[in-house]
Amino acid sequence: MKLLNLKLAALAAGIAIPMAAVPALAVDIRMAIWSANEAHLKLFNEIGAAYTAQHPDVKVSFDSLPFDGYTTTLTTQIAGGNAPDLAWILETTAGDFVSSGALAPLKATFEAAPDYNLADVTESALALWTAGGEIYAYPFSTSPFGMFVNNDVIKAAGQETPAELIAKGEWIWDKAEAINTAVAASGKQGLIVRDFDYKVWDNLASIWNGWGAAPWSADGKTCTFTEQPMVDAMSFIHKAIFTDKAIPGPGVTADFFAGDAAMTITQISRASLLPKENPFSWDLVPLPSGPAGEYAVIGQAGIGVFASGKNPEVAADFLAFFTSPDNAKKLAAFFPPPRSSLLNAEVLGAANPLLSATQIENVVIKGIATGKVKPGHAGFAEIQQTARAALDALWVPEADVPAVLKSVCDRIQPML
Amino acid sequence: MPTATLTADRSRKRPFWTMERRDSLVGYLFIAPQLVGIVLFVLIPLGLVVWYSLHEWNVLAGTFRFVGDANYQKLAADPALGEVLGATAIFSAGLVVFNLSLALLLAILVNQKLRGITVFRTIFFSPVVVSLVAWTIVWGFLLQAHGGINGVLQLIGITGPNWLRSPPTAMASVIVVQVFKNVGLNMVLFLAALQGVPRELYEAARVDGASRFTQFHAITVPLISPTILLTMIITIVGSLQVFAQIAVLTQGGPGMSTTVLVYYLYQQAFQFHRFGYGATISILLFLIVAVLTFAQWQMRKRIVFYEN
Repeated sequence: MKLLNLKLAALAAGIAIPMAAVPALAVDIRMAIWSANEAHLKLFNEIGAAYTAQHPDVKVSFDSLPFDGYTTTLTTQIAGGNAPDLAWILETTAGDFVSSGALAPLKATFEAAPDYNLADVTESALALWTAGGEIYAYPFSTSPFGMFVNNDVIKAAGQETPAELIAKGEWIWDKAEAINTAVAASGKQGLIVRDFDYKVWDNLASIWNGWGAAPWSADGKTCTFTEQPMVDAMSFIHKAIFTDKAIPGPGVTADFFAGDAAMTITQISRASLLPKENPFSWDLVPLPSGPAGEYAVIGQAGIGVFASGKNPEVAADFLAFFTSPDNAKKLAAFFPPPRSSLLNAEVLGAANPLLSATQIENVVIKGIATGKVKPGHAGFAEIQQTARAALDALWVPEADVPAVLKSVCDRIQPML
Repeated sequence: MPTATLTADRSRKRPFWTMERRDSLVGYLFIAPQLVGIVLFVLIPLGLVVWYSLHEWNVLAGTFRFVGDANYQKLAADPALGEVLGATAIFSAGLVVFNLSLALLLAILVNQKLRGITVFRTIFFSPVVVSLVAWTIVWGFLLQAHGGINGVLQLIGITGPNWLRSPPTAMASVIVVQVFKNVGLNMVLFLAALQGVPRELYEAARVDGASRFTQFHAITVPLISPTILLTMIITIVGSLQVFAQIAVLTQGGPGMSTTVLVYYLYQQAFQFHRFGYGATISILLFLIVAVLTFAQWQMRKRIVFYEN
């Protein structure tokens, strides 16, 4: 009997002692992200560890979710009662997250954080994440779309390079299309709008913004696919695909970074995909001017704190730490920052060693300063799918462009 | 004898744990793990789906509001529902006809006593054990405009279509990809059924001068009819659950041409965050599966030879 009591006492001690070793108020903070890049995670973990050093009762972890279906995974976690404390949010779904009340307000936390200098974060970068004067996410990445070009392929087709056209003040869409048509005729592909793949039509904003077109009005209530700038822009794209073959057609796979094509529109972070072995002569230039003049398009990602998370106050405090001026400078190594003090060639040049000072000035700094964010809307996923289904009729040679665009408006107008 | 004494005697003679009760308990204990699984993972989720279908559940806003039959009314008035049910019906019909015909043909071909026939059986069955997503991704490459299939067609002077970009060829492609994936399973079932048909029946028929077609029609089909019914039921039920092929190959397009019911359900619930409405669509799917299965089961007397 004594032996049994002894065993029970040992068991109780075995359970109780480790429990006592854990601080009673330990808080675990989880941030959902779509990057699994080792260098990104190393930096995030360093910032997390620095926060823990200041707040020993808080542990921070970063949960890498696949980019495909990222928002679906996130909402499924929320539906399952397992919402992360913080999450990266795509610009296209910003409307849904900001308007739904899912995110906790952050302005007071940012303003109270010592040396945070909220005024340094540009208003244009915050616009998408602000509602009623309140800030619901921090736009940690404001990345302009640029045009990567393969000068070897362009010269082989007997064409002038974009840099030469820029020098002559002739870098316009008509010229770009002529180059791509010539390259396509020579056996390579012309222009690839990266990640568009005849499904992610909102990526075409990188072209149609040059015509001053937009999918809906500024207040988001009226479909504008049928307006003349959009009809003209889509007619240009349709002709480039099916008549001039300047853009690879539906179902054609080609990779600019493998040297298959003359140009690709994508964000500057893709510079890391440029080949290290058998490199080609490449350049990064601004998007060509359209009939509406010079323009730039930016993609954004924000970090929000979930109001339904277990510790929204602690999560907001961590976000203020994560995006403080010091840490924002570190993050700028990977993500173009929203702080005006960091938008200079020195910081961005150090962060993007592959890019020249001219490229950084013309594409990154100018792009962030003047660019429009890619279109987004509340209920974007449904609008995106519905418009995608309607636009499928456009991606055939005999398409009636105005009629298809009218059908897009007929379908999405009730959702706006 | 007094009544009290009689009762006492009886209770002494019949203890509570009779052999019958013990056997029952043991039986229940044996099936308990399965029962617990069914209750936890089938019956409770089924009840919850019905419950969710009566609510509007906005995951982002964190609201869960009782709306009665509003989701059912919305489903009845959904302008996309006709198109979705049409695509589902075309997919199911195409799959069942193509799958069962091909499976039976393959089973007849591999039901020969030839050297190395097991190699062919293995080859035809092997796609069944391949990962569905991997299989579909590879087919996605083959079906590209400049993919492997059009490359082969080009060799014989045919310019193939852009398979996944026009509605008829996209639906046909998804059906073919699904058939080639699972036809081996039905082939094995048919093969087992064919091998169960007594040889002497064919011998008697041959003596009577029956042609090969008559033998097939009058002997083979009736005797393998239970397997035909079984494969038909599992293929139809399986066809209504198709998801991965659509998600990987077409995402429901072009237009809505390959948006089958399960994919539409996924879009509504997980992409558009309408879990209540998604639950309502899943109730419709459940009813369709139940009605089709019941109808086929009722038809067994006409289809299945033994049921007469």
